[in-house]
Amino acid sequence: MLHYTIRRLLLAIPTLLFISLVIFLLLDLAPGDPMASIPLTVPPEVKERMREALGLGEPVHIRFLNWLYQFFIVEPQVAWDHIFGTDFSEGKQRIISFQSRSPVMSVVAERMPQTLWVVGLSYVFATLIAVPIGIVSAYRQYSWFDQLGTFVSMIGFSIPTFFSGVLLIVIFSVTLGWFPSIYDTTHKVTDWPSFLFQIKQMAMPVFVLTLYNAAQVSRFMRASMLDNLNQDYVRTARAKGMSEKVVVLLHVLRNSMIPVVTVIALGVPSIFGGAIITEQVFQVNGLGQMLITAIYASDAPMVQTLTFIFAVLIVLFNLIADILYGILDPRIRYD
Amino acid sequence: MLDDTKSDKILVEVRDLKMHFPIHAGVLKKRVGEVKAVDGIGFDIYEGETLGLVGESGCGKSTAGRAILRLYDITEGSIKIDGHEIGATPQPELRKMRPTMQMVFQDPQASLNPRMSVAAIIGEPLDEHTKLGKAEKREKVLSLMDAVGLNRDFANRYPHEFSGGQRQRIGIARALALNPKFIVCDEPIAALDVSIQAQVVNLLEDLQEEFGLTYLFISHDLSMVRHIADRVAVMYLGRIVELASRETLFADPKHPYTQALLSAVPEPDPWLEEKVERILLEGDVPSPSNPPKGCNFCTRCPQVMEICREIDPLGQEIAPGHQVACHLYKDTEESAA
Repeated sequence: MLHYTIRRLLLAIPTLLFISLVIFLLLDLAPGDPMASIPLTVPPEVKERMREALGLGEPVHIRFLNWLYQFFIVEPQVAWDHIFGTDFSEGKQRIISFQSRSPVMSVVAERMPQTLWVVGLSYVFATLIAVPIGIVSAYRQYSWFDQLGTFVSMIGFSIPTFFSGVLLIVIFSVTLGWFPSIYDTTHKVTDWPSFLFQIKQMAMPVFVLTLYNAAQVSRFMRASMLDNLNQDYVRTARAKGMSEKVVVLLHVLRNSMIPVVTVIALGVPSIFGGAIITEQVFQVNGLGQMLITAIYASDAPMVQTLTFIFAVLIVLFNLIADILYGILDPRIRYD
Repeated sequence: MLDDTKSDKILVEVRDLKMHFPIHAGVLKKRVGEVKAVDGIGFDIYEGETLGLVGESGCGKSTAGRAILRLYDITEGSIKIDGHEIGATPQPELRKMRPTMQMVFQDPQASLNPRMSVAAIIGEPLDEHTKLGKAEKREKVLSLMDAVGLNRDFANRYPHEFSGGQRQRIGIARALALNPKFIVCDEPIAALDVSIQAQVVNLLEDLQEEFGLTYLFISHDLSMVRHIADRVAVMYLGRIVELASRETLFADPKHPYTQALLSAVPEPDPWLEEKVERILLEGDVPSPSNPPKGCNFCTRCPQVMEICREIDPLGQEIAPGHQVACHLYKDTEESAA
């Protein structure tokens, strides 16, 4: 298993380098001008100099190598300095956002908590809710509980978050006035009332995303349980005289978790990606929202860096899913 | 072994066992009928004997085996195992009875949990039904592995690492773990190579002698049944058509279906094979959801009579220990009487 993991990690390096090149070239080919939002009164010569100051005067391959150097050497050094108080990165150029002229990584670090709280929490909730629902739905297939679960899942599956989000805002913010419609990022939790407010403002985005994620996971869980419930080894377990609890929760569930764990693990990178649309609807200024604004503003370093981080996470969690597979299923051995 | 049975004590007593599966159809999933997989069978199994249950695919053999162990909730009938009536016992109470009655399943691959090691599979019933210590349990598991001829070193391996025959040995060891009296062998050799089949059947015979087991041996392989069974029951479409001792049944089959079944056994000698006269049955087995009126076999019987299409024949004892459900013999019996 260790050899397999190391081999996969080594293989990930050329993969990721290739991905970063593709993203860079795509962004370079894309239309749009980072100077577009500069007022027309600024003379063209000045604009040209600003462009050069941003490093856009260099040819593509130099800019790409520069980005690689900044991402893989300078930014880790900055992080190291930040943690241990050293000064390796002294005087070195970091990746700078075209919009804010501040280092991209600092902005990412600022935005990360909102995204992790709202999207991450909804993912945790979704998993915790979906797994038991899937188990009961499969065990009591076609019961009223299963029918209800199927109905709710279909709703969660088929109604896009930009619709359910707006619907919730109309009902709970506009009509009833229970929850704020806009997520206030500057809000600090200091005491009990402010904590309640934090919960209130998180409630709707978390609910929308939980419904969406839980719908998926519960369907997978149910299908996987149904596959296993009719297997012969389940009949064997019953013939041994095991109690229903042992049969379902030990024999069936453990075997059914294999595909579900993979689905859950592969979904984790999307948390960091942020639920772009939901963040937009509720004005949560997390990573997803940042990516959207960066794309609008042709902020190439920001888009490049964010997209590449997502790519790293996807590759990483694919590997984690494969390793979990090997741990959960004794039939799968990689070495 | 001149006597038909090894003991006079009846261990398993099945009476009028019915297992019907409902068919739901239509928009509202209304119950429109039922598949009569097992439709009123009855027999006794004496302690220490092997009763063979044969019949073609889909005749309800496996369902009968599972229903007798109450792996299904039966529709009707009575099952008495070792003096306890279990026909209507609810499943939770039935669990305490499980150690007496066990089952060896047909598919040795699918019937073992792929994520449990051999030791865990064999030892799990011990956790549930006994209070053995860890070391005692381990010793019991290893001794069971010895008994079925598995190497002790394999205890921590997983089912997929074994061959079909070895997996079936695991299944047998698992069934033996709780010292059962009665084991239903549901086509235990059907999924195995011919060379392995003999090994497993011989193992079952050795274990029967060693532990004093009683078997219900379900199979469609007549030569295997002839080898292992003391008495043989022939099933057709959810009913038992003939029940006799092995010698009687193979030498002198009475029911036309049994005759047809036996004539289909291939003859290994090619000179004799050419001369064998086969009774070829026409048509297909009727659907068990809609069995014909009268005798179940009347649609394919070569000796069908008027009465067969009207009246369902009951099981008649035409000789001691030889039961046949056929109108052909009712007359002889009546005229003899």
